[in-house]
Amino acid sequence: MTSLWLIIGYVVLAPLIGGIISGLDRIITARMQGRYGPPVRQAFFDVFKLFEKQNLTVNRFHGYYLVCFLIFIIFSGILFFGGSDLLMVVFAFTVADIFLVLAAYSTNSPYCSIGAERELLQMLAAEPMLLLTAVGFYMVFGSFHVSVIYRAALGGKLPILYLPGVFLGLTYVLTIKFRKSPFDLSTSHHAHQELIKGLTTEFAGPSLALIEIAHWYETVLLLGMVYLFFAFVPIIGVIITLFIYFVEILIDNTNARIKWQLMLESAWLATLVLGGLNLLALYLFAMISKGG
Amino acid sequence: MAYIKKSPWIIHYDGSSCNGCDIEVLACLMPKYDIERFGAVNMGNPKHADIFLITGQINSQNREVVKTIYDQIGDPKVVVAIGACAIGGGVFRDCYNTLGGVDKVIPVDLYVPGCAAKPEAIIDGVVQAVGLLEEKKKRGVVTHKEGTGDETRKLPPVPDLNLEQE
Repeated sequence: MTSLWLIIGYVVLAPLIGGIISGLDRIITARMQGRYGPPVRQAFFDVFKLFEKQNLTVNRFHGYYLVCFLIFIIFSGILFFGGSDLLMVVFAFTVADIFLVLAAYSTNSPYCSIGAERELLQMLAAEPMLLLTAVGFYMVFGSFHVSVIYRAALGGKLPILYLPGVFLGLTYVLTIKFRKSPFDLSTSHHAHQELIKGLTTEFAGPSLALIEIAHWYETVLLLGMVYLFFAFVPIIGVIITLFIYFVEILIDNTNARIKWQLMLESAWLATLVLGGLNLLALYLFAMISKGG
Repeated sequence: MAYIKKSPWIIHYDGSSCNGCDIEVLACLMPKYDIERFGAVNMGNPKHADIFLITGQINSQNREVVKTIYDQIGDPKVVVAIGACAIGGGVFRDCYNTLGGVDKVIPVDLYVPGCAAKPEAIIDGVVQAVGLLEEKKKRGVVTHKEGTGDETRKLPPVPDLNLEQE
């Protein structure tokens, strides 16, 4: 019953929370740049405005792809907050992203195509770490199910103590998933040219609004994953999760965009070193405790 | 309520001139004026924009660029011509390649005078443009129908360039 309420809560409240986070993000970014910044509700104004604008569609497919993108993002969030399989969450999340890439490719625009290619590279860089996160949780808790992990964490088995490396690796990859600088290759919120607007170049009005709403759901889902590491005391968990998001904003404002090669190499290196060593250590401990 | 008032996204194009107005437009985004306070963001992509700020005069090379950018902006949209060059060609008006102000190629809604236009004047122009956006939204002004790109290539004919100096 609780999981049903969590699912309803996610579907209804995630855009609200995501929008507020996005608004706070813009204010904090502005303050970091010595500006005053827009009101907190600005993200909502933007989306409502986009629905008022003309829907310039390049062909009749891209609307469907974008709706699928939104549906699968919500679906993966439902799986996560419903306490389902963490692997399924990661796979549904990937499928959602694939629909976004398909939408971009369907427009045949050079800018969109470059954005789509870069998005694929970003997925290639980020996916292994997301999968390792799921594997790490399985090694510690013996289950991929979020509900089992959450209950065990509330019971006193703190995930962060077993998976510090995996957590750091996930934080690294989170910058890619949030599309924040230095990894805002496929599209960026601070774009002053079409090449950097990439993936979203050809989407105008309501289509762009759908992407923005999906992004809010995405943000809440990813922050939910961060929260899972600190689920033992809710308040501490929320504070740390928000702190992690603040660190993402700080990184966004202090780093220049890098080339995709460096992104891919560094992300895989982080996955291998932080995630891989953490899993190896877990494996060795399990062997020792079995042997002893 | 018209949310378009709360979130005017701007695309900025500099025709060709001394770049003075261009720099003043960018100054509006900087910490001193910070027009993002009103939700205005510099987009760089015409399909996402609502307000088209244009500085500099129109010449035989950029007329098609300006027309294309205008056509790619979705309705409702407002065009603001900033500075003497964008209004009527400015000091370049007699140059052999200059066609004149922005209204030679696209319909202009607002003119912001100045050489260079002051940031305060530009912000005033943007604020008036926002009001106009709301009005256009209410009236339901449509410049081109959805999906068709047929009318986008229609440009006014290039006047005969009088290259002979008298």
